[in-house]
Amino acid sequence: MLHIAEQAVRLALAQGATGAECTISEGDEFEATVRMRELETLKEAGSRAAGLRVLIGRQVGSSYTSDLTRDGIAYLVKSALEIAKISTEDPFAGLPEPSSLGSIPGDLALYCDDVAKLETQYKIDQATAAEQHALSADTRITNSEGGSFSSYIGARYFANSHGFAGSYRSTSCSLSVVAVAQNNGSMERDYWYTLARGSAGLETPAAVGLKAAERTLRRLGARKVATQKAPVIFEPRVARSLLGSIFEAIDGESIYRKSSFLAGKLGEKVASENVTVVDDGTLPGLFGTSPFDDEGVPSRRTVVIDRGVLNSYLLNTYTARKLGLESTGNASRGITGNASVGPGNFFLEKGTLPPADIIRSVHRGLYVTELIGSGVNIVTGDYSRGAVGLWIENGELAYPVSEITIAANLTEMLFDIETIGNDLHFLGSTASPTILIREMTISGQ
Amino acid sequence: MALSESLFGQKFGITELDLHNYLSEALSAGGDYADLYFEYLATSNISIDESIVKSAVQGVSLGVGVRVISGERTGYAYSDDLSSERVRKAARTAALIARGPAKIDKTGFEESRRRNLYPVLTAPTETSLLHRVELVKRADIAGRAYDPRVFQVQAGYADSLRHVLVATSDGALSFDRQPMARLSVAVLAQEHGAPQRGSSGGGGRVSLDFFLHEKTPEYFAREAARQAIVQLDAVAAPAGEMTVVLGPGWPGILLHEAVGHGLEADFNRKGVSAFSGRIGQQVASPLCTVIDDGTIRNRRGSLNVDDEGVPTQQNLLIEKGILRGYLSDKLSSRLLHNPTTGNGRRESYRHIPMPRMTNTFMLAGESDPADIIRSVPRGLYCATFGGGQVDITSGNFVFSASESYLIEDGKLTRPVKGATLIGNGPEALKYVSMVGNDLKLDEGVGICGKEGQSVPVGVGIPTIKVDKMTVGGTAA
Repeated sequence: MLHIAEQAVRLALAQGATGAECTISEGDEFEATVRMRELETLKEAGSRAAGLRVLIGRQVGSSYTSDLTRDGIAYLVKSALEIAKISTEDPFAGLPEPSSLGSIPGDLALYCDDVAKLETQYKIDQATAAEQHALSADTRITNSEGGSFSSYIGARYFANSHGFAGSYRSTSCSLSVVAVAQNNGSMERDYWYTLARGSAGLETPAAVGLKAAERTLRRLGARKVATQKAPVIFEPRVARSLLGSIFEAIDGESIYRKSSFLAGKLGEKVASENVTVVDDGTLPGLFGTSPFDDEGVPSRRTVVIDRGVLNSYLLNTYTARKLGLESTGNASRGITGNASVGPGNFFLEKGTLPPADIIRSVHRGLYVTELIGSGVNIVTGDYSRGAVGLWIENGELAYPVSEITIAANLTEMLFDIETIGNDLHFLGSTASPTILIREMTISGQ
Repeated sequence: MALSESLFGQKFGITELDLHNYLSEALSAGGDYADLYFEYLATSNISIDESIVKSAVQGVSLGVGVRVISGERTGYAYSDDLSSERVRKAARTAALIARGPAKIDKTGFEESRRRNLYPVLTAPTETSLLHRVELVKRADIAGRAYDPRVFQVQAGYADSLRHVLVATSDGALSFDRQPMARLSVAVLAQEHGAPQRGSSGGGGRVSLDFFLHEKTPEYFAREAARQAIVQLDAVAAPAGEMTVVLGPGWPGILLHEAVGHGLEADFNRKGVSAFSGRIGQQVASPLCTVIDDGTIRNRRGSLNVDDEGVPTQQNLLIEKGILRGYLSDKLSSRLLHNPTTGNGRRESYRHIPMPRMTNTFMLAGESDPADIIRSVPRGLYCATFGGGQVDITSGNFVFSASESYLIEDGKLTRPVKGATLIGNGPEALKYVSMVGNDLKLDEGVGICGKEGQSVPVGVGIPTIKVDKMTVGGTAA
């Protein structure tokens, strides 16, 4: 495959491009879903695609195709060149400097041999067992949206006209269950999942099924609370989405467009002292890890917020040039187009308190277990989302709540992070331990 | 159109005999039903940022998805290579789901009823790139010219042309050519304090003329700029339960989240929706009649045939407050013994179809919109929304207002900051106490996500008054 990428780059140069980069990705996906103890769906297939980006001077054009034959690649090159001619000169457009290209040496543990060898029946059995554990956990678990096992085996190839050519393979497996519980006219669902590079890294079907059941059961009989201001604890699964918002706010694109509440605040205090946020694309086995980013720049570790002070934005080559800085190796793109900025492993460094102690420290407040909706405005920092969780009374989880919202401004929320748990676990590329925020507006009755 | 005249016949040499052979292969291990979904998709995408067309993308993808249904089981496989060998391999993989004797109902194919809800001779994707790049340049200029406080304009234009061929083991054969285009504009404005943003956009299954004569780049750019300027004076949104008035058009996302998803037949077949088993019950005030209609000409959510080859239609969901029907695909209608409703949709050949909305809206009522606002002593008027989301099991849904105003003594007063509104699906519409005579459909930007699949949809609503809804602001 890599030679096809190199060939596309050569062909583009031969036809008038002054620079070119080609990405090829291929992958095989598998998914088995078992619902109410019966196999429901089985999906298995593979696909591949190539994307090309060309420069004619400072004009850029991109194209993609799923046809990797000689004719397909010829058409890919023609399309990209055609479209470069209608774009505008952009003084900052270009490939990374040759000196900044490269790849992290060594095994990053992104590929597990066992994934390709897993028998279909084994995968169906895992999904069946996980769902069974949820269904038999409690008589109130009356229904399910199923247990699923999915796996993926993929590879990515990248070449550019500065002579960079690299590739890496990756695998993933996941096991999940969505349980449905009913009691006294209340019906709720919740889920749990586990994700790893190979099947050995997964939690057991029993752990996944029981966790899904437990999370669902504790939502039964949820009520609304009165509108008030109160402390709010984000459990790790929802704290993770808060980290996602922080990422958007320090993404170089939001910074140069001034469309972030953190734009222009480099070197300033933007969060409480206990907050250290790190992006690290080099941690073996994790889902934000890669030997090089989607422009061929090596992945690295960047401290984004250092004890409350904004230390670095995250940048690709373009946004770095716009801001007069160096790329942080965070170029990201699907298959084609200009690279955007994406996280490596982006996380809040853990604190020292176990989550149970954080709950005990709150007299009256909200423990959030799910957030819905997209009410986060990165430009202003205004934050307002639908929430589900448990009400805390005297340091104890007292009863479930739902149909409420939590609101504040991210600027204040970052300074209001009072306590950070010791429970940092990665389930994907963004992660956070439990967080306690001093005060938010809870809107209910 | 005969298969031989279709793109798949002409460009890839696919014959009826091939289709028959692939379906036989798919049912070789048994099963009740099989279908093939061939897709050829060409897309382009042009964007402007800082008045520079920084890049544009064009490309093509093609492939075929093979599905086998056996009872409640579905087997699925796809191939991005249309060679006979690869399609047969996909068919054999999909067949792994089935056990027992196959039931092939018919041997020949009968083409579905033909109609064209989007008679676009030249799709935008087939026009000169130079004409299309003009659209984003014009949007950029108009956004900046609107007000000196505007300092950033980003405009994006995207179009696609999808050719599909669906062949089923029950003998149906359908072709469709589905054009789509969308222009979107985002603006940032700043005066003394923090910057504020506004956004707008629209399109549909239209020709390029739509953007030249009906809804121009200037129209969308000015609307985005207007919203950003309004936000410069916005105060904190209120918190708590209050009367909410929704303006006409895009606020119809309320229906999409509050009732639409909960009425998709897959959730109801499984009994996991808050609306499960409620057909015939009152789920909204008698003023509410809600329809999903895949047949509106040139609309973003419309389709001649759905992605299972079934012609789309107008489906009554709620009639004067009473729940009347679900949105169904073939699998759910087979298992529930209900008719199909033409709502089987999928993102691409790589995806399994499932019940989805098309264009979902509420019929107009009799109230004058001005009277509706006048009737509210204190409340919130929401003119524009961002996205929404629903938990179909509990029925709780949210949608995020991006432009809203306080109503004080029957008048719109101050603009307020964005806030999320939250409610419960089977309850929220019971509080609808006035429905305006001003039904409006949205401009054509909606994307609906479900189980990882995105499809284009439309929504619409007249001005409505909801007596009680929770607003998630910060001002107590």
